[in-house]
Amino acid sequence: MLYSDKVLDHFANPRNVGEIEDADGIGEVGNAKCGDIMKMYIKVNGGIITDVKFKTFGCGAAVATSSMATELIVGKSIDDALKLTNKAVVEALDGLPPSKIHCSVLAEQAIKSAISDYYQKQGIDPVPIVGEVGDCDACHH
Amino acid sequence: MDKRFVYADNAATTKVSDIVLNAMLPYFSEHYGNASSIYEMGRNAKRALELSREKVAKALSCEPNEIYFTSCGSEADNWAIKGVCEKLGPKGKKHIITSVFEHHAVLHTCEALERQGFEVTYIPVDEKGIVKLNELKNAIREDTATVSIMFANNEIGTIQPIKEIADICKERGVIFHTDAVQAIGNVEINVKELGVDLLSLSGHKIHAPKGVGALYIRKGLVLPNFIHGGAQERNKRGGTENVASIVGLGVAMEEAVKDIPQRVERVTRLRNRLIDGILQLPHTRLNGDREKRLCGNCNISIEGVEGEALLLMLDMHGICASSGSACTSGSLDPSHVLLALGLSHEVAHGSLRLSISDETTDEDVDYILEVMPKVVNRLREMSPLWEKIVKAENR
Repeated sequence: MLYSDKVLDHFANPRNVGEIEDADGIGEVGNAKCGDIMKMYIKVNGGIITDVKFKTFGCGAAVATSSMATELIVGKSIDDALKLTNKAVVEALDGLPPSKIHCSVLAEQAIKSAISDYYQKQGIDPVPIVGEVGDCDACHH
Repeated sequence: MDKRFVYADNAATTKVSDIVLNAMLPYFSEHYGNASSIYEMGRNAKRALELSREKVAKALSCEPNEIYFTSCGSEADNWAIKGVCEKLGPKGKKHIITSVFEHHAVLHTCEALERQGFEVTYIPVDEKGIVKLNELKNAIREDTATVSIMFANNEIGTIQPIKEIADICKERGVIFHTDAVQAIGNVEINVKELGVDLLSLSGHKIHAPKGVGALYIRKGLVLPNFIHGGAQERNKRGGTENVASIVGLGVAMEEAVKDIPQRVERVTRLRNRLIDGILQLPHTRLNGDREKRLCGNCNISIEGVEGEALLLMLDMHGICASSGSACTSGSLDPSHVLLALGLSHEVAHGSLRLSISDETTDEDVDYILEVMPKVVNRLREMSPLWEKIVKAENR
């Protein structure tokens, strides 16, 4: 199994690691049993994601996809962030080994989960906008 | 801190030693004859082959004609188990006993035989990684063809009570096979005193090259031929012999059994430094019995971090190690060995195996112990699981 240089770079130097104290939305997906947990914090201003931070428990690909996903949504509108697909994350990382694709799905779900939380905090039902936020479905844990 | 290169994955494979390499080299370009050829160069190869067989036999305290060369340890395991089943299955013996934490070379062979109608009993291990003898005794039946239990576990390094198991099998008239790939050179092995019927070994774990192994088959036990072809390996395993590698294996075996007590003492001291040093980190645990374990094996679970991430980060510091996390096992579940000990998935995902050798130095251990806390703390800082563990503790 080979990681691209970009994956290794995002693993070794992850962007936007940490927490946002007064986050407007916090999402968490995955579980320890699978070996992956991603927690995503967003700050929203006027419909724009102005700041994003993450914390990830997981393999190299889990860290790298989280890192790349944060880079791809910071400064974007919520609408644009919701359009981010796992495929776009994989492409931005110059590919992932097949067994690691679920990490990119988790990263996509982590963003959706944070946005759902943001809407909920605004008193807006997130389901019609974000849809059901689930896990990666790669395993049955 | 200067970056070093530290190879701490000797349970995966080892460096070919100079003495082995030098012994092998003439057989590539000088004595390259086919060992079956009649002329002098062929006879030279044949002589080297038989000399190597004598060396391997001597290392195991058996007769040379009880040693059969194979391409690897996995082949030896396959031959042993499938051979016994092919021989005894038609006589109504269609039951195999093995343990839950065997190497896949044994487990997957047993699973293949299950699909052919054999029944397999998987003996559990205790929380320290030792096979439960009582369960083994109770599992033996009239139709048991063979028992296959590893000499020492490849992940957690626990050494199994092979003599006791061999005694039980002998008493019940069951053929006993042991995969001794990890044990060779770490434990004194006298196959006659132990009373094992079949024993697998591999070259590349003891400083010989990859691609060569051997199976000990006790005299009197006749197994069906494994590879049909030429008359090599007394007709049992066809295929032109890998003379250079077999020469390497012979020398490596000779070296491996030399001064075992002294080497074990030296490596154990380093290994204990490693274990004690890493266990200083909070929320860590040693996997497998501390005493009944291979001298070079250190297997520790580090809560709140994931094994593959740990390996990548250690690699960035020049340290080669391995893990039982799902991400490195190629499946979605962590190591079957760690789960067999009763570890939760969460804890098993964060396992690290460091396996040192007689080439490891105190400076190497110092370096690992210097890097480990940095790497673990860095991963824990970004881990939401670690956050939960700390919160639960402070509650």
